[in-house]
Amino acid sequence: MSDRCQRVLVVAGLLIAQSGTAQAGPMSYLRTYGPAGNPVTTLGWGLGIISISVCVIIALLLLGAVFRKHKEITGNAEDHLVVHKDGGGMSWIYIGVGISSVVLIGSMIWTLVVTAVVATPATPAALTVQVRASQWWWDLRYDTKTSSRTFTTANEIHIPTGQPVQFVLTSTDVIHSFWVPKLGGKKDIIPGQANVTWLQADVPGIYRGQCAVFCGAEHARMNLLVIAQAPRDFRAWQEAQMEETPAPRSPVAYRGQQVFLAHCAACHTVRGSDAGGLVGPDLTHLMSRRTLAAGVLTNTPGNLAGWIVHPQSIKPDSRMPDQTLSGPQLHAVVTYLETLQ
Amino acid sequence: MSTTADNYRAPVIARATDASPISETLQRNWEGAGGWRGWLSTVDHKEIGKRYLITAFAFLLIGGLEAAVMRAQLARPNGHLLSPEAYAQLFTMHGVTMIFLYALPVLSGFSNYLWPLLLGSRDMAFPRLNAFSYWVFLFAGLFLYSSFVLGKAPDDGWFNYVPYASREFNPGPNIDVYALGMVLLGVSTTVGSINFIVTLIHTRAPGMSINRVPILIWGTLTASVGNLFAVPAVSLAFLMLWMDRQLGTHFFDVTGGGQPLLWQHLFWMFGHPWVYAIVLPAMGMVSDGLPTFCRRPLVGYTAVALATVTTMVLGFGVWAHHMFATGLPLMSLSYFSASSMVIVIPSAVAVFAWIATIWTGRPVFTTAFLYFSSFVLLFVIGGVSGFMTAAVPVDLQLTHTYFIVAHLHYVLIGINVFPVVGGIYYWFPKFTGRLMNETLGKWGFWTMFIGFNVGFFPMHILGLAGMPRRVYTYPSGLGWGLWNMVATVGSYVFAIGIAMFIINFWISLKRGKASGPNPWGGPSLEWSTSSPPPVYNFAVIPTVASRYPLWEKHMDDVSGESTIHEGLLLDQGRETIGTSLLDAEPKVILRMPGDSYMPLLLSLTLSLLFVGLLLHDWEGWWLVGLAALATVLAGIRWLWPLPSLGETAEMSHD
Repeated sequence: MSDRCQRVLVVAGLLIAQSGTAQAGPMSYLRTYGPAGNPVTTLGWGLGIISISVCVIIALLLLGAVFRKHKEITGNAEDHLVVHKDGGGMSWIYIGVGISSVVLIGSMIWTLVVTAVVATPATPAALTVQVRASQWWWDLRYDTKTSSRTFTTANEIHIPTGQPVQFVLTSTDVIHSFWVPKLGGKKDIIPGQANVTWLQADVPGIYRGQCAVFCGAEHARMNLLVIAQAPRDFRAWQEAQMEETPAPRSPVAYRGQQVFLAHCAACHTVRGSDAGGLVGPDLTHLMSRRTLAAGVLTNTPGNLAGWIVHPQSIKPDSRMPDQTLSGPQLHAVVTYLETLQ
Repeated sequence: MSTTADNYRAPVIARATDASPISETLQRNWEGAGGWRGWLSTVDHKEIGKRYLITAFAFLLIGGLEAAVMRAQLARPNGHLLSPEAYAQLFTMHGVTMIFLYALPVLSGFSNYLWPLLLGSRDMAFPRLNAFSYWVFLFAGLFLYSSFVLGKAPDDGWFNYVPYASREFNPGPNIDVYALGMVLLGVSTTVGSINFIVTLIHTRAPGMSINRVPILIWGTLTASVGNLFAVPAVSLAFLMLWMDRQLGTHFFDVTGGGQPLLWQHLFWMFGHPWVYAIVLPAMGMVSDGLPTFCRRPLVGYTAVALATVTTMVLGFGVWAHHMFATGLPLMSLSYFSASSMVIVIPSAVAVFAWIATIWTGRPVFTTAFLYFSSFVLLFVIGGVSGFMTAAVPVDLQLTHTYFIVAHLHYVLIGINVFPVVGGIYYWFPKFTGRLMNETLGKWGFWTMFIGFNVGFFPMHILGLAGMPRRVYTYPSGLGWGLWNMVATVGSYVFAIGIAMFIINFWISLKRGKASGPNPWGGPSLEWSTSSPPPVYNFAVIPTVASRYPLWEKHMDDVSGESTIHEGLLLDQGRETIGTSLLDAEPKVILRMPGDSYMPLLLSLTLSLLFVGLLLHDWEGWWLVGLAALATVLAGIRWLWPLPSLGETAEMSHD
């Protein structure tokens, strides 16, 4: 085998391996993990295989048509035609369209069945999450009948495994789209209407999501995590989220809370304190979240400090302004935020 | 055109070619002023057609450069060549440019140049309107780019969803430029479409009954009728948006009782038929070109013509498949899903007709044939990905991702750019009298074909790997990096292919081999004139007896005989023949207007009116008033009866 041939093979192998990782990638939906997604994934594979087969058959027919041994031109020298009649060849159209129609009708029926199947969950959803999308983050309210058990969080949705969860989708500004590919399809979020969708995770895990409709400058970085937990773990998380935060115990944390109230509380809420702003994410249990700024940064104290003073260089155009804080002020406020477990 | 009693004289029937003495008279009747005056005032459809082609290609290159910058940004994760806002403006202008300023205008260019030649006529039905439609297109294009240089270009994607496009979220001039530019461009599209329709109805050569016109005619006719119904929806939508933004109306504003989804309905009621408008004429070019290179008539002419019309009719009932995720009721989702899938059937008719034509013919491996035959495969790839997205639940995963980006590029490049480039190779000899270089042509074809597939096929995979469209960057670790790099490299190879085509075009313009009137042995009327055709197209109006007038000698099943060089000699001024709708029986002599500055003048005043509307905030309304007045005056001047057209009383007493 020549060198070049080998190189081509190596590259091809790498590409195939890479397409394998694409399939396993956190946003791939070639495999899904719940009943809102699974019938669709099967349908998608089915239609995909039909589509690829059609392309292969047409490519072969086309190659055959081009390279088969063709009729010689007969007749006089001026006559360069091989077929001297306007007509004929119609059997190609009859057979081709006939077969296509059968496949088409089959696909159509399958599609309509799956459309109906995934439209609503088999059993009514016990849990409803109110998802309120804004440029460029997600506000999440867990509603229960007793208002004292209602709480709000942001950008990280926890759900119990094995049961359908309903999502009511509203927007405070422009159109967004709610999408967690490994659990199911998208639903657009349109101002002035409340769209409803549902998801269910059968396997515990972290499922990545992302806004899917262009919604302005930082559309690319409006991420979302769905964390599916065994029902018992979920309930524990839920109980913890309902709690209000205790007053800061250390003097540094106390000073941090004062800084927070002066600089941040106009936009952010911390339940159990005087901070009640409604513009930005609820920070009551900030430290329980894995990421900051809608999935842009991992939630570490260093990143948190950087985000507080320089949001505009980390996520340009985000609605959070840069904060002018002295070194000790920043240290204090981060210390305070670290107590919001 | 106009008709009076005088136009019912019995015309002379004569034998003539453009080498006959009578051609001097015809030349005198039809030629323009020459120089810059002639350039600004010409109404010759061939000149206008070439301008459309060149302008549309210039926009293609601009849109391509925008794409190249975006591909550089996306080649690696966390790219930071572009700011988010710059990226938004680039992807918006890329879409606007390719879809509105390249894809339809380039086909209008072919059709403008070719229609009268294919139909055996001397010009379009409304030559001045034709010039007007070009000038408005050019000015609308410049208008849409006017804010680009200021860094304030439209930035909400080509489908411009509200409320992000509303003044609240997008306060700059960006969206106003888009809204007004699209209304202005709609004027051009509308008058152009009317012109094609009337040209078909009225100016076919005697004997060219409706079942004998080339498929390109069917394609452009269908597209034109479609545009007449589709464009009002989008012009209205953009006007309403502009009023929301500037006059405080609330069509789309939730707080005032408006509906953001209304925008999507209006946009896609236009948008989907528009997609067919920018592919059907291109499919027609392939249906007409393949028979020439397969040395046989097209298989299933009637079926292909009907499939063309059917596609457009169905195309008006599928718009909501762009909106499956917006929360429509289950019943309408199911309807729109099924109706979208049905489009497979007319598409299959065309595909099997093309394959059968190649299979039962004898291919001649010219560059044009390579473009036309490879188009069939790209058509099918773009088609089946459309079939997948027609399935509602699957689409809820696929929509808004790179899978859609892949699909629409297979449609727009595969079904528009490939036939267009093939069409240039095919008709270049007719346009210029020279052949393009076949060796460079084939190298260019393979570069384009390979580059295109390497560049755009991976986008399907990116879509399946969950990459949303319109993201200016993406983090690593999602499995998107390598395929984005492949897509970038492939699209650059594709760009090299386009460059090779342009170089070939340029060289062949100067040094191409002389082609003679019919270098490919083509069957239709345009190949019976010299290359390039004289300004009056045909010395005598041909009479047509079959679909393939130049192949009749060799056809077994044609009863009549077309006469190419013997026919109506219309030499008393700019004249051509008007014929009946279905059977093309000669009815009337049409007097065609001469060159005129009015189309240019009216385009300028109209464009100025739109500039005034754009600037009304800063300049007050005086410019709007002045430009509106000038537009009305220019319109009156244009419509003022001309003795030369037999529009005045004296003339009809002659």
